[in-house]
Amino acid sequence: MLNIGGLNHGVVIDHIAAGGAMKIYEYLNLEKLDCSVAIIKNAKSNKMGKKDIIKIEGPIQVDLDMLGVLDPNLTLDLIEDGKIIEKRNPNLPQQVTGIIRCKNPRCITSIEQELPHRFRLTNKEKGIYRCIYCEQAYKH
Amino acid sequence: MKHIISPLDLSTEELAGVLELAEKIMREPEKYSDCCRGKKLATLFYEPSTRTRLSFEAAMLNLGGSVLGFSSADSSSASKGESVADTIRVVSGYADICAIRHPKEGAPYVAATYSNIPIINAGDGGHNHPTQTLTDLLTMKHLKGRLDHLTIGFCGDLKFGRTVHSLINAMVRYPGSRFFLISPEELKIPTYLREEVLDAHHVPYEEVRILEEIMPELDILYMTRVQRERFFNEEDYIRLKDSFILDTVKMQYARPDMLVLHPLPRVNEISVEVDSDPRAVYFKQAHFGVYVRMALILTLLELN
Repeated sequence: MLNIGGLNHGVVIDHIAAGGAMKIYEYLNLEKLDCSVAIIKNAKSNKMGKKDIIKIEGPIQVDLDMLGVLDPNLTLDLIEDGKIIEKRNPNLPQQVTGIIRCKNPRCITSIEQELPHRFRLTNKEKGIYRCIYCEQAYKH
Repeated sequence: MKHIISPLDLSTEELAGVLELAEKIMREPEKYSDCCRGKKLATLFYEPSTRTRLSFEAAMLNLGGSVLGFSSADSSSASKGESVADTIRVVSGYADICAIRHPKEGAPYVAATYSNIPIINAGDGGHNHPTQTLTDLLTMKHLKGRLDHLTIGFCGDLKFGRTVHSLINAMVRYPGSRFFLISPEELKIPTYLREEVLDAHHVPYEEVRILEEIMPELDILYMTRVQRERFFNEEDYIRLKDSFILDTVKMQYARPDMLVLHPLPRVNEISVEVDSDPRAVYFKQAHFGVYVRMALILTLLELN
């Protein structure tokens, strides 16, 4: 595997579904962050076959749990002084607004652009979010 | 203030109250003929619907109230690009209660979010149609005397049929419900309904292809249309459609007290010769729709 140096202080977003790293990069606005960021795409994974990883050096002021909405299977490794101090799955929020968009062409949001795209967590185990308007499940 | 956007917006207790009131109205309609004097129902129909709109209007007129509204998007400010939110904020000042039908799913939810008056969803695309479900429940309750321990066969298009999905959602809340799902492979119920509703509530159900085999088991047969446009090719449609047509021959397998329901409009899935069978109650069911809407209007206006 490609070798990227360890972090001293920051976060490793691991087990991102292969191809999903850029979506998370954009959500976190990482292009605006003045610190080291490594994006590893299609890394080998015993569990997933292929996965993406993002390593961020330095503090970021974002609710990392929101990342679970974009990919419910990713994991977060919080790192301080070069050691993993916490390794966890994101705690999925009950409701999210403006992070994901309803793709149902029959949904009212498809014709009324100003409506906020809001989703409710309906299945915690499977990480299923449903649009509050049309109730269609969000497909990652 | 309460809105009815989904059939599940009423608890089983609240539902029992609405159905009981509907039955009281059926017994003594004159007693309720003046209850809504001075009240106005706005019917915002962004797509045409004959039965639902007339049924709502009849319900309000029977209660002594009046009705205003539009019956297609072309004749409303939607054609000028006005949002549902803005329309309902204006209409809230003109009427006391509102029934809204819209081709887009979730439009009534948006209306409810911005409304100062109770909103009733009169159908939003393929999503919800709660007053149809209430009509179905009143029909079963009134003619069978109960909503628990019923074996219901759903026949036809179970994939896209919103009336079927809503009724299944409503019936899993009653003890002893059991379902037979009779449909072509292409039109089986969606996976989410199987996993999140039927399996989650541990409701026994069986998916079958041949209607005659399970007819003797049924308390209720809920028929729906198998629409030609749902099939990929004409050949499949012609091959399958007859299996899901109810005729007098198939009715011979049914129990004497089984009831046939249909949300209407019927096309060819119930042969007209079945209409004269006393177990065919679909026209009665359509009439019950007015009573249940009367009961719902009274309940939401807190005049019950």
